[in-house]
Formats: sequence, structure tokens, C-alpha cells
Amino acid sequence: MDPKPNEEQWDLVIKGHSSLFDLKFADVWRYRDLLGMFVKRDFISFYKQTILGPLWFFIQPIFTTLVFTFIFGNLAGIQTDGLPQPLFYLCGITAWNYFSDCLTKTSTVFRDNANIFGKVYFPRLIMPLSIVVSNLVRFGVQLSLLAVMMAYYAIAKPGSFEISGALLLFPLLILLMAALGLGAGLIITAMTTKYRDLTFLVTFGVQLLMYGTTVIYPLSEAKSKFSEYAWIIEMNPMTGIIEAFRYAFLGQGNFTLASIGYSAIVTLVVLFAGVVIFNKTERNFVDTI
Amino acid sequence: MSDTVIKVENLSKAYQIGQIGTGTVSRDIERFVRTRVLGKEDPFLKIGEANDRSKKGSSDIVWSLRDINFEINQGDAVGIIGKNGAGKSTLLKLLSRVTSPTTGQIGVKGRIASLLEVGTGFHPELTGRENIYLNGAILGMRKKEITRKLDEIIDFSGVERYIDTPVKRYSSGMYVRLAFAVAAHLESEILIVDEVLAVGDAEFQKKCLGKMGDISKGQGRTILFVSHNMAAVQNLCSRGIVLKNGAMSFDGNVDMAVGDYLKQSISSGIIDHNVTRVGNGAIRLREIAVYGSDRHIKPQTGQPFTMEFSFDNPNFVDIGDLGFDVRIDDYLGQRIAWFSNTILPSSRTGTVESLRFMIEKLSLNDGLYYVTIQATVQKQVADWIQNVYSFEVSEGDFFGSGKRVPSAQSKVVMDFTVK
Repeated sequence: MDPKPNEEQWDLVIKGHSSLFDLKFADVWRYRDLLGMFVKRDFISFYKQTILGPLWFFIQPIFTTLVFTFIFGNLAGIQTDGLPQPLFYLCGITAWNYFSDCLTKTSTVFRDNANIFGKVYFPRLIMPLSIVVSNLVRFGVQLSLLAVMMAYYAIAKPGSFEISGALLLFPLLILLMAALGLGAGLIITAMTTKYRDLTFLVTFGVQLLMYGTTVIYPLSEAKSKFSEYAWIIEMNPMTGIIEAFRYAFLGQGNFTLASIGYSAIVTLVVLFAGVVIFNKTERNFVDTI
Repeated sequence: MSDTVIKVENLSKAYQIGQIGTGTVSRDIERFVRTRVLGKEDPFLKIGEANDRSKKGSSDIVWSLRDINFEINQGDAVGIIGKNGAGKSTLLKLLSRVTSPTTGQIGVKGRIASLLEVGTGFHPELTGRENIYLNGAILGMRKKEITRKLDEIIDFSGVERYIDTPVKRYSSGMYVRLAFAVAAHLESEILIVDEVLAVGDAEFQKKCLGKMGDISKGQGRTILFVSHNMAAVQNLCSRGIVLKNGAMSFDGNVDMAVGDYLKQSISSGIIDHNVTRVGNGAIRLREIAVYGSDRHIKPQTGQPFTMEFSFDNPNFVDIGDLGFDVRIDDYLGQRIAWFSNTILPSSRTGTVESLRFMIEKLSLNDGLYYVTIQATVQKQVADWIQNVYSFEVSEGDFFGSGKRVPSAQSKVVMDFTVK
């Protein structure tokens, strides 16, 4: 907007079309209290009227680890880079869960909140951001499970794994997972306001994607068995992140600056595209949902 | 003060009606290619027609709002009125940024808080106190702002005892009270309110109206108020904007705006030829008109009122032989009033083809009423039709006090004095 001379100065101009890159981050910042409020709401409403309460955060990864250890570790006999199997799987699952929770929950933001979005204005980006932050709480709790498991192995089988210096990259890894899940989720939720088909894709797509990521097998194993197809797995930006995550915590994994750099670039592109598309859809989605 | 705080220019909003689904992708691609690649006008916007839901349209695009222009000054209390589907809600949605206009723009100075619904975002598992914070934040308040006003909000809501109970245990009245209390304490320069007063008991409604009056008159803030309650609009607002089928039909003094609105809702009363009727047909009712202070104005409590009956009188029956009775029932079928030309002293003679029953100051409260007529000629039933016509009475300022008798309390309003 370039105001003509003598034109009045408005605090806010509401109009049909605005620049694609008017991302309203200032607005998001002004409503930061709301973000905190949503996170608190999610957390409280999650365990209210349950007996086990926050314990439910542990149950899912424990059982998944048990099943994976049995099926992929023992029945299928997939190598785990020499790491204890439960530790290997739990590490992958914890990281993957965070990413997939961010993705699946943000991918239904418009549909789930159609009612509230239809009644009151606040920067819509607050909602998916609050989901990412809420999931962070859950991720933190699950991470403590991993820590307990690592402590157990450190005592029972000393030397079976080692924490590497890459742990310093841990905050960056979380940021990348959150941003990638958020960005992809934003793109999907924006598209699903008009085309509901994508909702069906997301549920099993995320599941399939897990097998395309190095959650249940190490990248080294994929490379040695299917050397000509391993690039597909390497192209998956989550592979670099999970491998780095495992390297940081357990000392084994295909961690290179190139792979993590590639993941970071893809993440930035996806996130940017997601935010732009989301903001564009947000303006009128109430009419189509 | 003449500071413009809201300026609406050429505002329009188009909606696509009917099914959205099959063909969306291909149409979206077509639109994209035409507008972005070829640089032509958007075909989506070219077709389109006024939004009249009773007529079948030829396209599936309707203009819910079309070329709206107005300015609102600092401290104005503006009532927005119109029939269902006139575009009121769309206008409020655009102003509160829930959706964006198709064309045109709105300039705003200051913060807008809109109450399109009370209790938006309330979470049933959270306590009253937690919901105050959540709802306040959704409406744009900062946390410390809410903390500062917390006591005031709880006090206004009157649910202090339950404030630490999850709101799912609240009665619906308590829920609404709490929700309105939060909204009423917003510190925005402009407040937009949509029909929220339709909830809660009479006492609380009065409190809400009082609070809104206080906000606009006492604190000099700007209010936009949408309601079907004409008495509330007239009481609270000084200016009225009437919308009709997406266009502005009136903008100005609130009383004149209400008159303009009531004018829209008058219905023609030509008697259908296959109506169920009893009688020898010595005279037959042809047409009924029921109206307020003039032929084009809908009846309103406390205003002049006329019922006009036109009939065929093939045998030139003299008025002295004619008994024309009119009964008014409420929508539940309760008999409310009865009129007849025979009970008034009269020495009129001659043949007639119409009769007008006139009341100087209508004492029917707002609501829907039915008319039953019975015409007798020389004590023989000539034409008797039950519930032949219905009309609506709008709220009016019967006592000149801006207050009214609640329609749930009484169907009739009488002049009285208190000493």
C-alpha cells in the first residue's frame, strides 16, 4: 500500500487482495499470549478425566518399541548399526512421532477450527504454531523415556552406545522437525479446505513415509542392500534429521553436514511455501469449508 | 466529533452457492489461467445477481453484499438492520476480518473487537477462570490486561461461586453470562455486536444493553450493533443502516431506518380463491391490508394501526344490515382481541365495499398474529374465514421511555400510571 497524498492514515485496511508475502508476523507476535493459552488448553484437556493422565504419553512409544523390536529386529532381522535394538527403535520413534504429530495435527487446522475461525479474528498462524508447541511438551516427556532407557543401557551394557558431540545440534534438529512438519501440514490444511481428498492421503501417507525414512532401519543398511535405490531414502529430508538425531544420542548414524544441510534447505522451502499458502487460504477459507 | 474511524468503500462480497465439489479443480485451473496468465477479468465475478433468496437465480454466484459505502465516526452507535439474508452478517464478518471482501476495501482506525457469538473458543474442560483468559486472548486482550480486569469480569458475570468449576458444568445461562462479561470488558475502540442479546434471561439482557449503552455513550467508543430487536436498536443507536438484498437501502436517523425496514416486510393480502370459507356469499372478502402509521409501514406497538378489508358486494348490501367481525389471535391460537362494526354507535347507511378498522395507538405487543373474519348479512353468515391473514407487529416504544413490555410477559400493552 502506498498511501496517496492527503489520504487518511488507517491503522488497518481490509481488502480483497494483498501481497502474497504479507505474512503478518507482527500480528502473530502481538497475539503471543494466545499461543500460550492454547498450549495450556491442549495440555489440560488432554489428561482431564483420564486415570493415567500424562502417563499416556509413555505408553504409545513403549509399545511401539516392543513391537518393532520383535518384528523388525528379531523376525525380519534388520541390522541396527550395532546398537541395542530397543534403544535404536525408541530413538527413531521419538523423533518421528514429533514430526508426524506436527504434520498430522496441523494438517487439519482449518477443518477442526472452522467454527472458531468463522467467528473471531486472530492471526490464524497462532493455531498451528500452538500445535507445534503443544507437541513439544509431549516430545519432551517422551525424550525423558529415552533418557531412562539410555541410562539403563549405560549401566547394564556399558559401551553399547555413546553420546556424541552432535548433541549440541539437538535444538536445531527439533527446530527442523517442527518446521518441516508445520510447513507440510500448512500446505495440506490449506489444500483440504477445498479438496477434502488430501485428508485421506495424510493418514496413511504419513505411515508410509515412516517406512521411507530411516526409523526402523539405519541408512547404512539400506545403502548396502539396495545401493541403487538408497538415494530415494536420502532424498527424504526427514532421513537426514533422524540419522543426525540418532548419531547425536547414540553415536551411530549417517551424519554429514551435507545431509543435514540438505534437510535444512528443504525444510526452509517447505515452511516458507506453507506459510504463504496458509496465509492466502486463511483470508477466504470460511466461505469454502 | 467527526473523526472517521471506519470507512467502507465499494465493498462487495460474492459467494458461490450450491455444491462445491466436482469440477472445482478444472474451474480453479480455468480461473487461474484466465486471470493470471491471460490477464482477463475473472469470470467468477462477471456473472452474478442480487441476492434474493426467494427467486431462483440463473447462476450459482450471488452477491451477498454489493457496493456498500459508508463512514462511521468516532463515538457513533450504529444499528445495522435488515431481513434475514440481507447481508448483515456478511458485513460484520468482513469488518471483523473473518473473511475478506471480493472487491472494495475497509479502512479502520483503532482496534476492532467483534462479538459475532458469545463464548467463542470456550473449552468445556477448563474452569471459568481459565476460560476468561482463553476467551479474552482470543478476542485480542493481553494476559496482564485480563488479570487487571479479572475481578470486574467475574463480578459482572455473577457466577463467582462457580468460577473454578469447569464450564461444562455450567447452565447455559451462566455460560452466556460469563462469555458476555469477558467481551464487555474489552478495551477496543470499536465494538461489533451481533444479536448476542437473544440469549440469557430478561434481567441479563437488560444488563447487557445497559453495558453497551455505557460503552457507547459513557466511554465514547464506537458500536456497530446488529439485531432484529427494533426497540433495542432504537434505544441504543442514533443512526441506522438498512440492508436489503445485499445493498444499502437506507442510512441515517435510526427511527427513519427502522421505518424503512418495516416497510420492506409488508405482504399483500389478496384472498386466495381456494381458501376454506363458509357462508352464503352475500358478500365475499377480496383483500386485506394491515399496516402501521401509513400504508407502507408495518404495524408497530404504540403506533397507529389500520386493518382494511375490501369485499365484493354484488347485491349492494346496506351497511345497516352488515355485521363485520374481526378477531385477532396470537400465534398459539389464543384469542386476543375482537372488533365489529356492530358494537359502535353508528347511523351510517348506504352500500359499502370496504371497511377500515383504525386504532390510534396499537396495544398489541410484538409478535405474529392471525386474523379471522366473519361477515353476516341480516344475521345470516355470508363469509367466514378462519386465520385468513397473518401479520407481524414490531417492537415499538409504547411508553415513550425506550423500554418495552417483554413479549413473553404479555401480548397486550396498556397505558398506565404509577403513583
